[in-house]
Amino acid sequence: MSATASSLARVSRFYEAPIGKKVVMAVTGLVLVGFVLGHMAGNLQIFLPVGEDGVYAIDRYGALLHASEELLWGARLVLLGSVGLHIWSAIQLASAANAARPVRYVRHSNLNSSYASRTMYWSGPIVGLFIVYHLLHFTTGTVHPDYKHLSVHDNVVKGFAVWYASAFYIVAMSLLCLHLYHGVWSMFQSLGFNHPRYTPRLQFGAKAFAFLIAAGNISIPLAVLTGLVK
Amino acid sequence: MKITLNVWRQASPVDAGRMVKYELDNVSEHMSFLEMLDVLNEQLIGKGELPVSFDHDCREGICGSCGFVINGVPHGPRRGTTVCQLHMREFKSGDELFLEPWRAAAFPVVKDLVVNRSAFDRIIQSGGFVSIPTGSAPDGNAIPVPKKDSDRAMSAATCIGCGACVAACPNASASLFTSAKVSHLGLLPQGQPERYDRAVKMVNQAKEEGFGGCTNIGLCEAVCPKNISLENIARMNRDFTVGAWTYREAAGEGGAA
Repeated sequence: MSATASSLARVSRFYEAPIGKKVVMAVTGLVLVGFVLGHMAGNLQIFLPVGEDGVYAIDRYGALLHASEELLWGARLVLLGSVGLHIWSAIQLASAANAARPVRYVRHSNLNSSYASRTMYWSGPIVGLFIVYHLLHFTTGTVHPDYKHLSVHDNVVKGFAVWYASAFYIVAMSLLCLHLYHGVWSMFQSLGFNHPRYTPRLQFGAKAFAFLIAAGNISIPLAVLTGLVK
Repeated sequence: MKITLNVWRQASPVDAGRMVKYELDNVSEHMSFLEMLDVLNEQLIGKGELPVSFDHDCREGICGSCGFVINGVPHGPRRGTTVCQLHMREFKSGDELFLEPWRAAAFPVVKDLVVNRSAFDRIIQSGGFVSIPTGSAPDGNAIPVPKKDSDRAMSAATCIGCGACVAACPNASASLFTSAKVSHLGLLPQGQPERYDRAVKMVNQAKEEGFGGCTNIGLCEAVCPKNISLENIARMNRDFTVGAWTYREAAGEGGAA
């Protein structure tokens, strides 16, 4: 067997086990968590005032991100690949879990388990659908009332002026909060990191991170709806 | 005490099964849960009905034979306790309890509350041998073991293989059980030679048996009568990942494999 074939066989053996799939979930999750943080930090520039040159800070930021189409598409492909692998592993784990318990219990108890951890298969797909809508809304402008490429500030204000669009953003960000509440801690456990001294801090950190992301992102449609940003 | 029981009755592995209601008066709070079922069974036998089948052996919480789900909780409401060590004083008169067998494709119901847990035996078997000398007894303390390692190995080794972790897990995953077995050898110097291969083999066997994957929900840890920690699952994930990526074929013949 050639070296390539045997290392490919190892990847498939590794991936065949549920742990392999969870490691893929964790690594792609880490990429996406990093993106979510950067995305929020970038978008909060909507609150910065117009610069001396009369250009909104966020418009300048938008132009910066589009400075190199090659880098932009490189980043987009990494993100799309991560999302794809994250969803594919989740589907396989969910179907294995379904097959593993064909007969349900008459009585359920959730004991101390978190609502977030038990609803990952709900929060995930809804956030996934939201991402599709979000891309059609602010990247391609397909479902935007008056989209102009790279005039980010105007696009955001006009997009969020539609109350039901804002409402969907707020709901989706609450679900993302739920997903991160469990996921950000869970990825460390999947990768084999658990220690009595650090794990409770990590779990606290994951919750704090989830609320921070949700609060930061929700503040933008709220600011538009309340007229704080116009 | 007056207790109403809804018990899963299933005559054979192919029978559809159903919940059947039984009323018990005069239950003493000093009875263990299984003694309460013994009383029910005496009454059923007196009426010419088939008694409720349930697994049990030592009745002192150390053998791993007993276990079923009470109101959605494997081994019932008391933490760190097998159902044989659960006493009726944990309940109050008038309580209605639902008793169901462990539910997992890998644990087929044999009869009533009895399930076949051979899948666990095959997971242990798949781990293979441990390279330890079997001649005369070795000198005590000839192999130094750090205290914190022996503590964790011993705490993993307390797993009695009852299957409550699988029963509680929404994914019907055997990760807590498998990780306890992987850890109690993997933490000790004697377990090092086969450490990574053992993790890979046991994890793969658990998948072959039809158990689901772990999504870190933690219900297994909550219901474990021996309080086995999720930390063991992290260790298993680590050992499996290292084992799977560093695997190589043995060079030619030889060895005890």
